[in-house]
Amino acid sequence: MKIFVCIKQVPDTETKIKIAEDKCGIDVSSVSKWIISPYDEYALEEAVKTKESNPGAKVIAICVGPAKRTQSTLRTSLAMGADEAIAIDAPDSLDTHLTALALAKAIKNEGGCDLVFCGKLAIDDNASAVTQQLAEFLDMPHATVVTKFENSAGISIITREGDGGNKELIELKSPAVLGASKGLNTPRFVSLPNIMKAKAKPLKEVTLASLDVSLEQRKISFFDFRPPPAKPSTKIVGGEAEQQVKELVRLLREESKVL
Amino acid sequence: MGKFLVFAESSGGILKKGTIELLTAVKNSGQACEILALGADAEVTANEAAKFGATGAIICNSPTLANYNPELFTVLVVDMIKKSQASTVLATSSSLGRDLFPRVGAKLNTGAISDCTELEISGENVVVRRPLYAAKCSAAVKFENGPIKIILMRPNQLPLGAPGVGSIKIESVALPKLDLKTVIKEVVRGTSQKLDLTEANIIVSGGRGLGEAKNFQLLESLANVLGATVGASRAVVDLGWVAHSMQVGQTGKTVAPSLYIAVGISGAIQHMAGMSSSKVIVAINKDAQAPIFQKATYGIVGDLFDILPKLTEEFKRVLS
Ligand SMILES: Cc1cc2nc3c(=O)[nH]c(=O)nc-3n(C[C@H](O)[C@H](O)[C@H](O)COP(=O)(O)OP(=O)(O)OC[C@H]3O[C@@H](n4cnc5c(N)ncnc54)[C@H](O)[C@@H]3O)c2cc1C
Ligand SMILES: Nc1ncnc2c1ncn2[C@@H]1O[C@H](COP(=O)(O)O)[C@@H](O)[C@H]1O
Repeated sequence: MKIFVCIKQVPDTETKIKIAEDKCGIDVSSVSKWIISPYDEYALEEAVKTKESNPGAKVIAICVGPAKRTQSTLRTSLAMGADEAIAIDAPDSLDTHLTALALAKAIKNEGGCDLVFCGKLAIDDNASAVTQQLAEFLDMPHATVVTKFENSAGISIITREGDGGNKELIELKSPAVLGASKGLNTPRFVSLPNIMKAKAKPLKEVTLASLDVSLEQRKISFFDFRPPPAKPSTKIVGGEAEQQVKELVRLLREESKVL
Repeated sequence: MGKFLVFAESSGGILKKGTIELLTAVKNSGQACEILALGADAEVTANEAAKFGATGAIICNSPTLANYNPELFTVLVVDMIKKSQASTVLATSSSLGRDLFPRVGAKLNTGAISDCTELEISGENVVVRRPLYAAKCSAAVKFENGPIKIILMRPNQLPLGAPGVGSIKIESVALPKLDLKTVIKEVVRGTSQKLDLTEANIIVSGGRGLGEAKNFQLLESLANVLGATVGASRAVVDLGWVAHSMQVGQTGKTVAPSLYIAVGISGAIQHMAGMSSSKVIVAINKDAQAPIFQKATYGIVGDLFDILPKLTEEFKRVLS
């Protein structure tokens, strides 16, 4: 059994974001800390758990992004239990379509797989797109927002969270692409011995060109980056509770007219 | 020719607010608008959409479509979009829309962009913006190398038109017979019959300040008066007080209601990432230094156990 896990490297949630000079992106050099996108940790944990209950199985972590930078994230993935890693060297400005295309081609080059785990979404672009696009390019069924996963006899039995907290119980024929959400598992801590072991695990680099993907083919790009609009200063409603409440309701109705 | 196609979502025969917003945007631009509807009552949906300016519809009406199956929906929607010859597809960035359209885009070899908060239609041109990096910035979207633009808008961002009378030309497509690899076994409806957080116009959210799980009832009462949906901070989700589906924030849901009331929530950056584009934010917190006050439109510094029941009563009084 071969399982791929798609890992995205994103700026740490606490980092301040600086807009680049040309306003066509952020100034990545100003990002002080990069992390595994949190949902991808659930994806990785589920892949490793699945491997542990399927002797002989192998987990390959795969990441699209500037390889020099993403290597550290892939090493962490190896320390968390992946057996091998592939860094697809690509600029940050790739869109989700090309990211998925590169992932699909790399996975095919490795001889395909039985399962792919992704995260529900990446916390930088909040796109929730790569999972489904990848599934399309691999011609596999997909499910996103997966909160429960079981695998038996080539069928993935999953629970996904749909609209309004609905729980959908779905069966997918393997191979399938699954987008992991919170609740699926509790990602394990990385132990020091595993960090040491990870250093010896294979991590290979692949160029975008070798996958026949180029930035020129992208479908979506961003420009005119702006900081969020300044909020008008906060009105603190004073007085005793009764007055505060009356004044707040008045403001909501008469000033901001949201009620 | 440029043509706008709105993916119409309804529930129980009533159009979702996000759909009405999109229909209104196209109508106000003076462009022709068609819709695409699939479900167990797609025809009703089409007739409802006519009231908001849609003049044509491509539908697939079948009880099989009552539950969302990504594989089946993708095949159908791709086929319907091709039939329509639309150049721009507009849909709500609902959980269904977000799951479906990236795959539809991939199949059509075109770009799909979710989570947009600004939409301007002038002639056949569309300009959209969306937040990025946990709403620490926003950017305009450029479409390249694709025949069709697929745009998913967050609800509650655009004005709502009033219903009128209109007629609509309906074209039906048959349900394709497919050997599906995806089987929906069961759908357990969420306990809440309220709007999903991502679509709610008013959200009342609670944090650790509520002290214990049962105090969420205070929020429920307030929400009932306002017709609001209840949300939560991650802290209380982690404590197991409420379900993860209620979590707002960077690792929860991104919401942008007209009114967001944060009760006993400190306003951590990861929480604000999920709600900072709400139109009006009210913070109720006993700590005047809590960061939530920096993003709030209105703030009450006080004990929530004192404020909440009085606030619920006051809303009841003025809204009845
Ligand atoms: C990678 C990552 C992702 C995260 N994602 C999210 C996310 O998606 N969503 C999210 O919410 N958090 C997220 N967090 C967690 C976040 O950092 C905070 O820990 C969390 O939001 C705090 O929740 P809280 O405001 O309910 O609790 P606290 O920070 O403990 O705040 C409780 C507040 O209640 C007030 N209070 C207490 N008693 C009363 C009273 N009687 N009356 C009035 N006010 C009172 C206090 O003054 C305080 O401000 C994430 C963290 C990380 C590291
Ligand atoms: N650059 C990338 N490299 C590897 N995996 C990615 C990348 N971007 C997105 N993914 C995967 O796709 C999921 C959804 O991402 P997104 O569509 O960007 O929200 C992520 O949780 C990852 O599992």
